[in-house]
Amino acid sequence: MTHEFVTSLVWLIPLPPLLAFALIVLFTNKNKALSHTVAISAAFLSWLGAMIVFWNAIKVEHFGEHPFASSINWIPTGETWLKVGVLIDPLSAAVLFFVGWTVLMIFIYSVGYHNYGQPAGDHDHAGLPPHGATVHGHTVPSIEPMYSRFFAFIGLFAFGMYTLVVSDNLLTLFVGWEIMGLCSYLLIGFWFGKPSARNAAVKAFMTTRIGDVFMLLGISFLYYATGTLSYREIFTEETLHVLATVPSGVFGLSAAGLIAILLFIGTIGKSAQFPLHVWLPDAMEGPTPVSAMIHAATMVSAGVYAVIRMFPLLSAGWHEGGPLTTAMTFVAFIGAFTAIFAATIAVAQNDIKRVLAYSTISQLGFMIAAIGMGAYIAAVFHLITHAFFKALLFLGSGSVIHGMEHGVLHTGNHKVDPQDMFNMGGLRKKMPVTFWTFLIGGFALSGFPLITAGFWSKDEILADAFANGHLTIFITLAIAAFMTAFYTMRQITLTFLGEARTKEAEHAQENKWTMTAPLVVLSVFAVGYGWVGIPEHFPLIGGLVPNWIHEFVGGTLAEHPPVLEFNWIPLLTSLVVALGGLALGWFVYKDIKSPAEDKFQIPLLKNKYYFDEAYQVIFIKPLIWFSEVFVSKWMDKGVIDSILHIFGPTTGSIGTAIRNYFDVPVVNQFFGDGSADATYWIGKNLRPIQTGRIQQYLILSIVVLVVVGGLVYFFLLA
Amino acid sequence: MIPLSWYLILAAGLFSIGLFGVLVRRNAVAILLGVELMLNAVNINLVAFWRYGDISLMAGQVFAIIVFAVAAAEVAVGLALVISVYRRRNTVVAEDLDLLKW
Repeated sequence: MTHEFVTSLVWLIPLPPLLAFALIVLFTNKNKALSHTVAISAAFLSWLGAMIVFWNAIKVEHFGEHPFASSINWIPTGETWLKVGVLIDPLSAAVLFFVGWTVLMIFIYSVGYHNYGQPAGDHDHAGLPPHGATVHGHTVPSIEPMYSRFFAFIGLFAFGMYTLVVSDNLLTLFVGWEIMGLCSYLLIGFWFGKPSARNAAVKAFMTTRIGDVFMLLGISFLYYATGTLSYREIFTEETLHVLATVPSGVFGLSAAGLIAILLFIGTIGKSAQFPLHVWLPDAMEGPTPVSAMIHAATMVSAGVYAVIRMFPLLSAGWHEGGPLTTAMTFVAFIGAFTAIFAATIAVAQNDIKRVLAYSTISQLGFMIAAIGMGAYIAAVFHLITHAFFKALLFLGSGSVIHGMEHGVLHTGNHKVDPQDMFNMGGLRKKMPVTFWTFLIGGFALSGFPLITAGFWSKDEILADAFANGHLTIFITLAIAAFMTAFYTMRQITLTFLGEARTKEAEHAQENKWTMTAPLVVLSVFAVGYGWVGIPEHFPLIGGLVPNWIHEFVGGTLAEHPPVLEFNWIPLLTSLVVALGGLALGWFVYKDIKSPAEDKFQIPLLKNKYYFDEAYQVIFIKPLIWFSEVFVSKWMDKGVIDSILHIFGPTTGSIGTAIRNYFDVPVVNQFFGDGSADATYWIGKNLRPIQTGRIQQYLILSIVVLVVVGGLVYFFLLA
Repeated sequence: MIPLSWYLILAAGLFSIGLFGVLVRRNAVAILLGVELMLNAVNINLVAFWRYGDISLMAGQVFAIIVFAVAAAEVAVGLALVISVYRRRNTVVAEDLDLLKW
């Protein structure tokens, strides 16, 4: 395939999910089978396009210098044009690869998760999760009432993500970014009948909006400073040099640093970094495929992708191995702090999905920290491996919850929370496919040595931190990694190992192939994707497989990053934290039966360091006071209304005066009634001359003739 | 030869007599008679102007004959109307026939 053909194919990748969204909303929403067929076909077409583009990309030599790029004029800006276009360079090709796979898997999984093929529920309402249907006296799962709507929404979501990945400029990236923001709102609030889901949707939307405003400011500043938003035009040596040397006047940052930090605040919102992390755990209110979409394949990855994309800007003025710039230090600090902060919270959560949510925040912190200290390739590598194993874990947890719901329907005891890990136990026998795939995902997350993808990517981040002398970051991330392994093993132990702790867990069932097949596919990547990034100088196995990720993704940057020297300390550290964390997790939780026995249920951690409560007091309460008391009561009802109350009566009395002294006497009485009266009077008085006698008429006409004739003769002719 | 003005004075007198009859007579038949007098006064004028103008142009004569023909038709229609009115109203007095008023 030629370069041009592939380039035009890139334009088409985002379109199928958008068409699917339109088709489902407009035409097929009554037909559930047709709706999911349309959506999955669209996801498949996009997947196919993404794969073709990816395979062509890796075949090109020095792909970084010859990317697939094309653009068209879009908005005229005076004499120049604002251009939009597509760009597939090594970074976006790698991202496209995992987005294509995870999106397709999530679409397929949704069919099973929303109980396709099951009867409609007995008392199900749109906006509430299905409650089950009675068939032959047994309660069985019932199909989601808003099945078609779900596929329409995730179609639009996929469109947003593909747009973001293929775009070659910040404007269309931001458009895709915001489409995903909207979709996450719609999907988190998918079961809008639940007040908690409604609140979570609003919270997610508002929190990410804070970041987006700063991001838009950054984009505006960038456009003001350079006159373009296209990556390839910004990331030229001259432009970057100018941006890096011009001071911005804020905190002593250069223009590049300020723009990078503003854009990074957008990422803080989107990728749920401290202090805007609060929305993400609440986003668990949405259906599980949504959690996977948001947490793995798309939205949070989009945040990290954006900051990786902006790396040349972030690192402008920095030299490999030199001290970090202010902007980079800020990014690295936020990342490392979030990594350890979220990991501590995850230890004390009992909801299976919430543990994963905090683990996502923590892992995203790893990537952000990597980017902050200039470990570009490690960040991309961890982004990709994380997307695979976290999508796997979320879909796996959804499978567990789904299986537990079977048990709940069987016993009929709806007080048992199917998401609470303390209600589970022993599920490995009931749900073998879910168990093994979850185990692979969990080990990948923990960084289980050598075989899992997570080990290689996390090890790379630690090695980078150590080699460049960022010891604080290295130690912080190592502790976070240890806790990651610990809470992951805690989760696996509580969920799958030991004996069933409730009747519901005893009656849990393995799910249909539509749910388990995506798990198997993703687990292949959760293991295998690590092998493309094995460091060259790794003992024994290093160099057996070429370090493809370093060669390929490193080509995105103008200067190829150097290959790190091997060092035993980070390797031993990652071995110790992964294995130690896993072992300790199993050892501590193998005999624990109830939350009361769990020593880590510290209120401070359990309540997430009281961040929600603090935000409630610091931001939300004052804001409500501001809107209800200040704006509504004082400003609106007090000041504005009292001014309006002056205007009302004044204009009223002016109107009355005009009516009484002008309209009624002059217009109505004089002109209106007067003309009618005059006509009437004239008619009445002229009536008698109409005698009806023809001879009188004749006399009259002769008289008139004589008079007029006389006058004409006298004045005109004489 | 008798001057033209004599004929014109005769015609004017005849016209005035006819007009007087039309205006003052009460009988509808008499009014019709007055109308005939007026028409014939016009005829005298037409023939007199022809005779004292270029006699090779026959328009004056022709026009007089047309007026005769029209007058005959008019009298026929007028008398028929009078008869019709008499049958309905039992009168031919013009003053009684005042249906044209308001």
